[in-house]
Amino acid sequence: MERVIGSDTVKRGLAQMLKGGVIMDVTNAEQAQIAEEAGACAVMALERVPADIRAQGGVARMADPEKILEIMRAVSIPVMAKCRIGHFVEAQILEALGVDFIDESEVLTPADEEHHIDKRKFKVPFVCGARNLGEALRRIGEGAAMIRTKGEAGTGNVVEAVRHARAVLGEIRRLTTMAEEEMMAYAKEIGAPYELVVETARLGRLPVVNFAAGGIATPADAALMMQLGMDGVFVGSGIFKSGDPLKRARAIVQAVTYYNDPYILAEISRDLGEPMVGINISILRPEERLATRGW
Amino acid sequence: MKIGVLALQGAFLEHEAMLRRLGVQTRQVRLPRDLEGLDGLIIPGGESTSIGYLAERRGLLEPLREFALSGRPVWGTCAGMILLAREIVDGIPGQPVLGLMDITVRRNAFGRQVNSFETDLEVPTLGDPPFPAVFIRAPVIERVGPEVEVLARLEEGSPVAVRQGNLLATAFHPELTTDARFHRYFLGLGR
Repeated sequence: MERVIGSDTVKRGLAQMLKGGVIMDVTNAEQAQIAEEAGACAVMALERVPADIRAQGGVARMADPEKILEIMRAVSIPVMAKCRIGHFVEAQILEALGVDFIDESEVLTPADEEHHIDKRKFKVPFVCGARNLGEALRRIGEGAAMIRTKGEAGTGNVVEAVRHARAVLGEIRRLTTMAEEEMMAYAKEIGAPYELVVETARLGRLPVVNFAAGGIATPADAALMMQLGMDGVFVGSGIFKSGDPLKRARAIVQAVTYYNDPYILAEISRDLGEPMVGINISILRPEERLATRGW
Repeated sequence: MKIGVLALQGAFLEHEAMLRRLGVQTRQVRLPRDLEGLDGLIIPGGESTSIGYLAERRGLLEPLREFALSGRPVWGTCAGMILLAREIVDGIPGQPVLGLMDITVRRNAFGRQVNSFETDLEVPTLGDPPFPAVFIRAPVIERVGPEVEVLARLEEGSPVAVRQGNLLATAFHPELTTDARFHRYFLGLGR
């Protein structure tokens, strides 16, 4: 009985187990335990949540390994961590630490303005952000085992996540009605690998799990993304920048399961305390927009 | 025949797709009332702490126990196996579970995701060829009670598929493969 590790089945399989769940940004062991207690299906280990990265500025890098290990020791659920776009050595370090998933993330300052990491070389699975189908399929072509919308992290404003979800899902709908002979030109147009375009058309969905991320702050936001057709949600700053993190975290976990039941959504949305303060995307300067990072 | 798939969190759509391929009707179970009229239930893989919390929050634990005690087949894969187990090692304190099978299960027994693996598993009940077993941050069974039949073991001897009457548990994920033999075996438990 030979054991095969690091296969696509095993990497994509972990993402499949996260579906219908909430992945929460945490910055220490205590927050990680609150997330686990609230029913999070995984946590993202960070030094600073995106809202603080935005506020403080400067170069944002991979977190200190000590911080990541502290969080890994604190919980039994999968622990993810972020590396910079194109920074394959940060990714090697995260793999060596034993994190369960790596997010090659536009929230951190990119290390390479042309190339993403060759994710096929790693045993650990990767998740990457995407704004449209071409970007999603390029990342999958590089070996990503999971895709998420980029949204606009650290704003508490869901508008960009909705835009990116509608773009990806709308383009897939268009693809499913396309004649096969049109697919090569379409692959060229969106800059995506042809084989993945054909596979996506056949499946009627991305070949990997597709989560929403970037600006989700309330149970209603989470349910909105699920009703649009996403497989689950990441909540970054939205939980631990709010007034009552445990209560809000529990409510968002339930909202992702009961996304189609307005009565339960009404019940769990009540009396959650202060949400995080949001930012209107239109007042951000172009260089402050994280979603434009990635190529 | 109509089989429910617990749809609180995790890979429930994959189980439904496999059951439909076998011509079986399915229903997603999120609330106690969804259990009415079902002939069997699958508890899918996902995070056992997440599924347990959601089941407790909506009053599903007791109805799920009653469903299993009624003699209808119930199958837990991975996280589902943890929920069925009477005893859990390396769980979190107070983790809500069903506690129905006389087994002790260790969570994340193979380590972290980089140790997740695929292997061809001998399952005598299913015959040849070996079953393509996908283990993802998988649990193993450390102890089985006298009423529990072991259906498959890893080479070092750890049980990874067990049956106790109408209850079935696997540490791996038949729903992530195209091999429907475990699903057929499960459907046969009800007859």
